Amino acid sequence: MSNKTKGQKIKLTLPIEEVMSPGHLACQGCGATLALRYTLKALGRKTIMSIPACCWSVIDGPFPYSAAGVPIYHCAFETAASTASGISHALAQLGQDNVTALAWAGDGGTFDIGLQALSGAAERGDNVIYIVYDNEAYMNTGIQRSSATPHGAWTTTTPVKHYKRGPKKNIMAIMAAHHVPYCATANIAYPEDFIRKVKKAKNIMGTKFIHLYAPCPTGWKHPPDITIQVARLATLTNVFPLYEIDNDVYTINKKIQKAKPVSEYLKLQGRFRHLSEKEVQFIQRTVDQNWKRLLKLEEAFRNEKN
Amino acid sequence: MKKVLTGNFAAAYGATAAKVNVISAYPITPQTTIVEILSEIVADGLLNADFIKVESEHSALAACIGAQAAGARTFTATSAQGLALMHELLHWATRGRLPIVLANVNRAMAPGWSIWADATDSVAQRDTGCMQIYCENNQEVFDSILMSYKIGEHTELLLPTIVNLDAFFLSHTSQIVDLYDQETIDRFLPSYNPEIKLDIENPRAFGGLTSPDYYYEFSYKIQLAHEKAKEIIEEVGKEFYRFFNREYHLSEPYRCDDADMILVDYGTIAGTAKDAVDRMRDKGIHVGVLKIRYLRPFPEEQVIDILKNAKKVGVIDRAISYGHEGPFFTEVKASLYGYRIPIYGFIAGLGGRDVSIVDIESMVDYMQGNKPANHIWIGLKK
Ligand SMILES: Cc1ncc(C[n+]2csc(CCOP(=O)(O)OP(=O)(O)O)c2C)c(N)n1
Ligand SMILES: [Mg+2]
Repeated sequence: MSNKTKGQKIKLTLPIEEVMSPGHLACQGCGATLALRYTLKALGRKTIMSIPACCWSVIDGPFPYSAAGVPIYHCAFETAASTASGISHALAQLGQDNVTALAWAGDGGTFDIGLQALSGAAERGDNVIYIVYDNEAYMNTGIQRSSATPHGAWTTTTPVKHYKRGPKKNIMAIMAAHHVPYCATANIAYPEDFIRKVKKAKNIMGTKFIHLYAPCPTGWKHPPDITIQVARLATLTNVFPLYEIDNDVYTINKKIQKAKPVSEYLKLQGRFRHLSEKEVQFIQRTVDQNWKRLLKLEEAFRNEKN
Repeated sequence: MKKVLTGNFAAAYGATAAKVNVISAYPITPQTTIVEILSEIVADGLLNADFIKVESEHSALAACIGAQAAGARTFTATSAQGLALMHELLHWATRGRLPIVLANVNRAMAPGWSIWADATDSVAQRDTGCMQIYCENNQEVFDSILMSYKIGEHTELLLPTIVNLDAFFLSHTSQIVDLYDQETIDRFLPSYNPEIKLDIENPRAFGGLTSPDYYYEFSYKIQLAHEKAKEIIEEVGKEFYRFFNREYHLSEPYRCDDADMILVDYGTIAGTAKDAVDRMRDKGIHVGVLKIRYLRPFPEEQVIDILKNAKKVGVIDRAISYGHEGPFFTEVKASLYGYRIPIYGFIAGLGGRDVSIVDIESMVDYMQGNKPANHIWIGLKK
């Protein structure tokens, strides 16, 4: 695709078609909203979604409106995966194999209450793409902690005096342990990488899983106009590295030459404002350790042909 | 074609004859053989369907909901704990207007662990908006599954149905079942082709945020559908008779025309009660039986019509609503409001305790010699 600006040809790096419409109910600067916009640019209109209870059950708009532009089944909180399994099997039975079944859930609906259904679908190998947009808390119900909430974060159930202690659950390791054909991390600040991964997932049979980083200005307490900056810093600090696991082969998609200190990422967000220097150092050590482990995984599980 | 089948086989064959597209179910005693037979039938290619072998009943019904919403005819089966685990999704099936059919083997709720007959599991799902049938024999199980698709899929209804069969008394007891021939069944029940479904040509969101401006009317429409269902159930019952020569209604009176006393019951106890009535009639006692097939929609008009001339009515519940009385007793009593008929509530057979002809006779004895009471426990050990 190309556009003409002042006589110059600028190459667009994202698919031009907008499936989603702008009339939705999201907060300003919502990462999850951008997330679906990109997802549907990648998947196109031959997509049917299941959406459990989460911010997106509101964002899409009240009955009878819908912003997504593709059919949506709003399902029970813990059933994103099982509902999508049902849709996928129905499509197969009714001869519509060319339609993608997409489960689209928040971190709470994935890491917590929906984990069993997700595990079931992944083990069976049901032909669905499962994307978790991770905003690191239950945002729909007013910013309560989930098992995706990182160490140190404030939420309404982990108030400043008793901020979240303990690591974020490693959902990618859980999915990798299912040996699904494809899982990947992605970040709304890197749309080309994300869209490539969604397109790749679309052409693979079986259960595909994408862990998508999507900041929430309302819950993270940062200004809505720096959502992309915050998201980008998550990757530039190695807090949220971009990698994919393709048939058990690990590939890190973005290796930062000199990772920025995590403090640059943390200091932009009110949810971390209370952290002591010591806690910030602890978080830095954890991030460094996780990054090292990821490098080792890539080293250990390479494509033999390379 | 006639075969000797357990209730579970009758249920599995019912789903097969209905040519469901997607099955999703999870094993639980005494439902397990339904899952086993169907997985074999599907794997053998005798039924062109997908069987989703889920990790829980919760996912079983969720998968049926997704599949049905995408235009498939679906089936699931469960019992007791499994049905309770599905509770949230039973509401989903109704409010999503998805005519899923679910076979539930009536079993007692734990603790203590019990695998034996008790209808408290399904009665506890009364207000989910699912239609509910209680079967007396295995033929009725097979027939009810076929009819439930036809009824539920009626464009003015679009409602799910729970077809209940008593643990062991039906699930594991063999009886002769006429399976008819598939061509006739296909004519009675054509393939499912819903007007409204998840459709990429017509993208819609189903079940999203619904303000008080709309929710109330959606609820009213479900109530209207249940009212209409009473008509459709009778219509489809007549059609079924024309096709297969078997008659079904919302409820079924037995020797009620000149009865002084009528026993109202459901499930397998109805069969025992009919035998008890024959014996008592031989002794000159004028009793009859009214078997309730549908808990929802509740056949209030038929109940009034059949009971209004009785001198006394007794209701036998194999279920209990703690702190009150037997749940069917409540329904029957409410239906007879204003009729001034003495009405007796009997509790019997909870947790699979046998309910014999002698037990039924003892209820009639009780009605002859005592004032009405709301929960008379039959066969209670001292
Ligand atoms: C069974 C059940 N329990 C609780 C809720 C309430 N609830 C709705 S959304 C939500 C949190 C969702 O969090 P997440 O999945 O992270 O999505 P987000 O709101 O952050 O987009 C909760 C707890 C529910 N709808 N259903
Ligand atoms: Mg969240």
